[in-house]
Order: sequence, then C-alpha cells, then structure tokens
Amino acid sequence: MVSIAQPQSAEPQSACSVRLVTSGARRKVFEKLMHGLLMFCAVVSVITTVGIVLVLLSQALPFFGEVSLVEFFMGTEWTPLFKPQHFGILPLICGTMMVAAGSAAIAIPFGLGTAIYLSEYAKPVVRDVVKPALEILAGIPSVVFGYVAVVFISPLIKDWFPSAAYFNAANACLVVGIMILPMIVSLSEEVLRSVPRSLREAAYALGATKLDVTCGVVVPAALSGIVASFLLAISRAIGETMAVTLAAGATAHLTLNFFDSIQTMTAYIVEVSSGDIPTGSVEHSTIFAVGLTLFVMTLLINILAQWILSRMREEYE
Amino acid sequence: MVKLKKLSEPTPETLGPLVMSEMTSERPTTSLAAPVVGTDRSSLSADEMRNLRQKVSAQGVDFFYGSNQALHNVSLDMPENLVTALIGPSGCGKSTFLRCLNRMNDMIDDTIVRGDILLDGVDIYKSRTDVVELRKRVGMVFQKSNPFPKSIYDNIAYGPRVAGVKQRGVLDEIVEKCLEQAALWDEVKDRLNDSALQLSGGQQQRLCIARALATFPDVLLMDEPASALDPKSTARIEDLIFELKNSYTIVIVTHNMQQAARVSDQTAFFYEGSLIEVGATTELFTRPTQQQTEEYITGRFG
Ligand SMILES: Nc1ncnc2c1ncn2[C@@H]1O[C@H](COP(=O)(O)OP(=O)(O)O)[C@@H](O)[C@H]1O
Ligand SMILES: [Mg+2]
Repeated sequence: MVSIAQPQSAEPQSACSVRLVTSGARRKVFEKLMHGLLMFCAVVSVITTVGIVLVLLSQALPFFGEVSLVEFFMGTEWTPLFKPQHFGILPLICGTMMVAAGSAAIAIPFGLGTAIYLSEYAKPVVRDVVKPALEILAGIPSVVFGYVAVVFISPLIKDWFPSAAYFNAANACLVVGIMILPMIVSLSEEVLRSVPRSLREAAYALGATKLDVTCGVVVPAALSGIVASFLLAISRAIGETMAVTLAAGATAHLTLNFFDSIQTMTAYIVEVSSGDIPTGSVEHSTIFAVGLTLFVMTLLINILAQWILSRMREEYE
Repeated sequence: MVKLKKLSEPTPETLGPLVMSEMTSERPTTSLAAPVVGTDRSSLSADEMRNLRQKVSAQGVDFFYGSNQALHNVSLDMPENLVTALIGPSGCGKSTFLRCLNRMNDMIDDTIVRGDILLDGVDIYKSRTDVVELRKRVGMVFQKSNPFPKSIYDNIAYGPRVAGVKQRGVLDEIVEKCLEQAALWDEVKDRLNDSALQLSGGQQQRLCIARALATFPDVLLMDEPASALDPKSTARIEDLIFELKNSYTIVIVTHNMQQAARVSDQTAFFYEGSLIEVGATTELFTRPTQQQTEEYITGRFG
C-alpha cells in the first residue's frame, strides 16, 4: 500500500513518510468500506430472492393443509371465492397457457422475421431507426397495452366475431404478443449477428445466395440462441399481469376457445389482492399457492433457456 | 521476368528487423539464403508461361476501401492448371487482390474496383455477371478454417445443395470424391455424420478444401491456407495442392516463402498495394530483378 502512494513534491523525508502512512491507512479503510458496501448490494438481492421463496412456501403450506394436491392440480373448476368452492387450478393454468401460446404464435414469426431482416438484410440506416422504435415499444407500460386492448381491440374483435365475449383470450394474446415482440427481436438479432462472418463468407464463396446463407447457415447456427429467446419471451408472457387482467376477463374457464373470457394465474392474484378478502383465510392463501405454481413454471422455462444458451456458447469454442 | 516498376532505394525504415516468417517446413532452410525451390516439378520459364492459356487475367486493377486505396494498377495473368503464389509483407493487398477474383469484396460496403478481371476471357465485373455462378467456378479456401457447425457430410454437400442437387446418391458420390481429393476420406469415412467441428485443425482445413471442390470449380483461391496449422498438417496441405494443380488453376496467398517456393509455378510479389515483380517461381527466387523482391525473399524485411 505505502509504496504505491508517490507524492510529487520533494518534502523532507520524515514529513513525507508520515503523510504516506496516514493516506495509506485512510485508503485501506476506504477500500474495506467499498468492499463491504458492494457485497451488501449483492447480498440484498440474494436475500430478497430467498425471502420471497420462503414467504411463498410458508404461506402456501397452510393452503395445502386444507386442499389436497390432487384436488389442486386435477380439479377442473376454480371457484375459491364463491360457493360451492372448488380449488382446481387447471382453468387458470389453461388460461395462462392460452395467452402464452397465443402471444407466442403472434410474436415468434414476426419477431424472428424482424430479427432476420435487421441482422441480415437491413441497411445500417434502417437498423438505426427500427431498433430504437422497438425499444420504445418495449418501454410502454403494460397497463397501457391493457387499455388499448380493452378500448380498441375488443370492439374490433366483436365486430368480426360477434359471438366473442367482450373480454377474451384472443384480445390478451394480441397485446401480449406485441409486448414480447421487442424481446424476441433484440435477443434473436443479437445471436444472429454473433454468427461469425467467416461462416457467411464460406457459404457465399460456395455460390450461395443471400437466402441460402440466411436459412441454411446463419439461422441454424444461431438456432439454440433463437429458441432460448423464444423461451424467455414465453416466460415473460406467462408472468405478464396488467394487460391480461384488463383484456382477458376475470372468469376462470377451462376452455380452448380464444373468444371466451378466461383468467390467468397472474390476473387471479391481482383480483384477490385488490379485493376485500380477509388475509389468513383459505380464500386469501390461494394466491400463494397460485403464485408458487407460477414461480415454478417460469423458473423451469428460464432454466431451460439458460441451459440452451450455454450449450450454444460451447458450440462456438 | 517482367519488370513492373522501378523502386527507390530502400530507406533504413523499410529495412525491418531480420524476421523470417515462421518456419512451417520440416525441410531445413538457412534464414538468409533464398529458399530452395522444389525440383520435383517441371519448372516453366516466364516466356513459356506467357504462351499458356491464361485462366484468370487481371488488367490494371485498382481497389479502394472507401478512400483508402489498397491496390494500385495490378496486372497479373494466372495460367491455367498452374499454381500462382502471391507473396509480400502483411497488409500489402494480397488478400484484397485474391478476393477480387471471386468478387468476395462485393460483400464489404463502400468498396470500389477499377480495371478488368477476366475469367476465360470474360470480364467478371460486368454488370451482367452472375456472381453466384462465378463463385461456383472460382472456389475459395480461407485463412482460418471455417467449417459450418454441421456434419462432415453436410459441409461438403452444402455447395451442391444450394446449386439444386437433391438426389442422395449423387450427393453421396460428390462427398466421397471430394473428400478423397482432399485426402480426408480415409480419416472420416466412418463418421460422416459427426460434427465437422470435432475434426482437428488440419482436418478442418482439408474439409474446407473438399467443400470448395464440391462445386466443381476451375479455379481455387487459397488465402494462407496453412498459416494456422502445424508443420505436419502444412505439409499435407502442400502435398494436396500438388495433387490438385493437375485439374485446377490455383492462386495461393502465403507469407511463407518456403511454401511459395515449394508449391508454386509462378510467384507474384506485392508491396504496399502494387505488384512489384512476377515471374516463374524458380527464377524469382533465384534471380529477382527488383531489389525489394530480393530483400523480401532473403528475409531482410517483411
Ligand atoms: N475490410 C477492410 N476494410 C478496410 N480496409 C481493409 C479491409 N481489409 C483490408 N483492408 C486494408 O487493405 C490493405 C490490404 O489488406 P490485405 O489485402 O488484407 O493485406 P494482406 O492480405 O496482404 O495482408 C491493408 O492496408 C488493410 O488495412
Ligand atoms: Mg491477408
């Protein structure tokens, strides 16, 4: 420590070394302080995560004392808030999956198409316009999307399909699809662009056209990264709350009809949390059971995506 | 020997340290003597070469990366079924020139080519040229081996497939023939479906050569194909070039003069974007007419 501090002036030896010692000691304390502060930051996020999981578990456990796992996962009716009470989570899972699948069906083709266009075809000028536009799209609060869905999209759907419920799954799929689009585009574009130039050159040198190179070399080489981006986007769609609460309705139906009103797990949690159900009741503890299920589902999908991404990195070593 | 340009006396700055390009050869060469030219090959004189059919002919080629001129008025004939080596210090435009021959430079934005490059007498920079067709006839092997992250089989079959060959039987035949030509068949015939990335560096480069052969080109461009390989793999690639020159016109960039001396019939020396001297390899290495050439081949700079 001491030897590093080099004062510029040529003061007498003794005074100089005293200054060196004190400033060295001060720096040591400062270093320690910074170390501690930074570690605190890291620990806070870990503790928060662990805490949330513990709360979820401890609050969900009493619920599973009253409702069996079989009823919870096999029951086909979800009516915890009115009599006769049923605690089958399948309608909520089904609603969540419909929104996830429907929005993915919209966002994946458009997202991948946009990503390929941006990485392989677009001129830098175009890229410089489209990418910020997508970032703006990504920054729009989800409640705005929900509002747009209710006010503009629902009436349109009603016009075309008069039998549709006013709040319906298709509506939610559409807005959630638009919401996860930027994520798919930016992640996929990144992996597409990371495909080494040398591979493209090899293909062009063999007489490949742009389309051959894109579909036959670049996309396959980036495939695992692209799939991972899909999974991350789907996990985002599953966790999406505000827009689906507004757009999809609040009736938990076990249905596959996209024009029916449905309820997702997240929307149910909002309904209970914002209602006047007394804490501590079985009705209230349902949200922890549902939250835990949701947490496990998204966790599994994220782990899968990470695993796929890490495999892709190995391939390029 | 064709004199292209008079050069000024070298200044002390141009005389770099006595660095010899790394010795990838097992054959002994003393560092300051001109490399030994292979004797197991009928060497043609420059006059004899001029009378051969010129497969590729560059005439007054200038090349610009934006405003930076990388080639200055390069004229070079490459005779059919011979090996032309391009040598010169790093950054002198060898790769740029090579990439002009199959229009790979088209892919780089903001570049300009001037002058004519003829393939079998036809200007490849004419607006009507089908670049895809051109690249099938002028294959390329890169400095760093770049197999696709696909199976060995699919790597070779890529070129024929994009050209529209679909029958499995035909593809099988092409794959076997090209791997054999690239002296790789015996090593990989039992694992054609394994990933090409599992092969060793030398094998990967031979795979890339085999892949380039699969479009049945007339001309093969090689940009320092052995620079990243160990001496043994290098020797195999050089042997391979010897085999291939019977059926292909080969243009090879190398900064290894022993390699140029061993594999080529004609050698062209580039310096700072200009072609300084070109001649039969034997002559150029034994009796260079330009002082810069002599300094370069004896390892006094570069
Ligand atoms: N893609 C490029 N963009 C701009 N300049 C380039 C590019 N590639 C090469 N150059 C420049 O052109 C000159 C010749 O380069 P190159 O042909 O690669 O030389 P060599 O292969 O003989 O080492 C160098 O000055 C280099 O900096
Ligand atoms: Mg080069």
